[in-house]
Amino acid sequence: MRFNRDSALAVALVSPSILAVAIFVYGFIAWSARVSLSAWKGLLPDYTWAGLSNYAGLLADPRFHIDVRNTLLFTTLFVGGCLVLGLGLAILLDQGLRGEGFFRTIFLFPMAISFIVTGVVWRWLMNPAQGSRLSGLNLLFDNLGLDFLINSWHTTRDWGIAAIAIPAIWQMSGYTMALYLGGLRAIPDEVREAARVDGASELQVYWHIILPLLRPITLSAMVILGHISLKVFDLIVAVAGKQLPLDVPAIYMWTTTFDGNFYGRGAAIGMMLLLSVAALVIPYLIYTTRNEAQL
Amino acid sequence: MSRKLLMSLLLIIVLLVTACGRTAPAGAPVATAGAEGDAVVTVESGGGEGEGETAASEVEVFSWWTGGGEAAGLEAMIAVFNEKYPDIAFNNAAVAGGAGTNARAVLATRLQAGDAPDSWQGHAGQELIGTYVAADQLEPLNFLYEENGWLEVMPETLIPLISQDGNIYSVPVNIHRANVLWYNPTVLEENNVEVPETLEEWFAAMDALKAAGVETPLALGEQWTTMHLFETVLLATLGEEAYNGLWTGETDWNDAEVTTALENYARILEYTNSDASALSWQDASQLVVDGDAAFNVMGDWAEGFYKELGLEPREGFGWAPVPGTGGTFQFLSDSFVLPVGAPNRDAAIAWLTVAGSKEGQDAFNPVKGSIPARNDGDRALYDEYLQSAMDDWTSNTIVGSLTHGVVANDSWKSELDTALGLFLANQDVANFQNALSATCVASGPCK
Repeated sequence: MRFNRDSALAVALVSPSILAVAIFVYGFIAWSARVSLSAWKGLLPDYTWAGLSNYAGLLADPRFHIDVRNTLLFTTLFVGGCLVLGLGLAILLDQGLRGEGFFRTIFLFPMAISFIVTGVVWRWLMNPAQGSRLSGLNLLFDNLGLDFLINSWHTTRDWGIAAIAIPAIWQMSGYTMALYLGGLRAIPDEVREAARVDGASELQVYWHIILPLLRPITLSAMVILGHISLKVFDLIVAVAGKQLPLDVPAIYMWTTTFDGNFYGRGAAIGMMLLLSVAALVIPYLIYTTRNEAQL
Repeated sequence: MSRKLLMSLLLIIVLLVTACGRTAPAGAPVATAGAEGDAVVTVESGGGEGEGETAASEVEVFSWWTGGGEAAGLEAMIAVFNEKYPDIAFNNAAVAGGAGTNARAVLATRLQAGDAPDSWQGHAGQELIGTYVAADQLEPLNFLYEENGWLEVMPETLIPLISQDGNIYSVPVNIHRANVLWYNPTVLEENNVEVPETLEEWFAAMDALKAAGVETPLALGEQWTTMHLFETVLLATLGEEAYNGLWTGETDWNDAEVTTALENYARILEYTNSDASALSWQDASQLVVDGDAAFNVMGDWAEGFYKELGLEPREGFGWAPVPGTGGTFQFLSDSFVLPVGAPNRDAAIAWLTVAGSKEGQDAFNPVKGSIPARNDGDRALYDEYLQSAMDDWTSNTIVGSLTHGVVANDSWKSELDTALGLFLANQDVANFQNALSATCVASGPCK
């Protein structure tokens, strides 16, 4: 009796969320999938079957090619930058220095800010004006005599998206540091001691012992940062507005749907974004559940 | 234990009730969707609740005029409306943000839900026609034009640009000019450069300025301002007739003349600042009056910006038609429409009558910093620049702006914007021309 009542309670408590998720997440995914296979263009819904033509159009679309290239470049730089910086900071903080809590807070703080705020501030810092109108970091470089560092940031031809990775790394590397710090603290001192007793240098301890033990952390960090990176929209719009050299799928989806009324095409971009995130997250979920099952 | 269960069930019920509360049945009091502060929240009179009251007791007008001169102009026009129709309550359903992008997203949601306002603001021309007329949302307004004699007081060349198949679909309240060249009189004078009247003169002037050490002869801003520049160069190179033909399929986008226009455009871009994509239109306009640049092509709302900066016309800034477009007025306009099945149709028509009247337009435009669409506006109310624009509006040939929604619908415009963005990235004229031609075919006018 008691067991039954408890499980009834559990079901009753969980059912609203299940219902909401079923409708507002999976229901709308299904609806988007349907729209992406339609010829809907214009204000009012039009579910005329169009097969995969929206997807085929995107694969042949030079703008979508730019989007894919930008996303790959941004993801590589952003995830790579966060991992390297985050690990570096975590190792430094793990040396047992005084005021560790203070530094930890400072490095974590940027994460508490929204991408929009970060974007606006870095828009000022990375002002690409040249000549007599130098401003922001460029002006600082000029005053310090570091003229060779003056550059045109996100307006750099072909590589502007790399400049957008800088604020993104600034914002998320502290979070990566926190992940790594947790991982480092979980490694028992005995393991390090044993390696040192066996004659390993400090570098060797890190390379052969610590890093391999941190591999699950790296994997989690890559998945978390990776899906943020695939969906990036607000940061780019805040730093540079909506312009084609810095276009990514999420921006294309917005402009083509709400400025151009191409609802079918917009839904197709959305589905492709979903698939790319799924391609990243699902193998990770399988990997972790399998590992947990083994434990 | 049973108490715990009871509490949980209560909680769930509360949650469900709050969740359902958002989808109140039609006719119930509804807050104006998505409005940000400025909008008045009202009880709508449609559906069951409004029975017994007179139908035309309220008019809900939807716009994106929420700040500065625009909001003040709207208030002035509402005052005229209240005076003429004291028994109709005016419900200002303005949505802020994004130069109308937010408002249009909210409007699209409301129309898809069958909850149309009585009238809404839209750029006159294909932006309205391509989106709302194509979806059968608007009533033709020819009867209103005939009743009020508006055809006699509005330029003849304007009417086809705001019509489709002989039907006029909106009432233009204000007129802005797109093809204006703003310049810094001091910079030109110091370098002995005359205000150019043709494209060749313009190139020569900018070469001279560059040689004299002016870093940026022509100030440019973010991507939409490059499209704005593009439409004026198309007009300057092709002339009125061929330019109009681009949007109806009569001019072939693959024509050699268009190639020349694109080459002119590519050449003009060489005189612009390298950080254009990082500047707003205000930033770019400011470069001119600060003396960092000599010229800027921008709509005549730039004049309002210069006046805000405290500059004197002719001294701090000067203006002329974009070189090669003298005698042509490339316009854009905010206008109001009559939706099919407007909840308060008579009140909506009353609003449109005020919007098209001399009093309404003379109340709105001096405050907003634009000119009336009618040619009988009271000149004394307008400043020096606006008076010159009024003269041109009545004497010039009228053509429509691309960037601001007159000549191409939203879908076509967004495809053109992509083509333009690709061109700015790769500077490939032949590729650009192919892409432009393809957008025309995909959008319908070209075969």
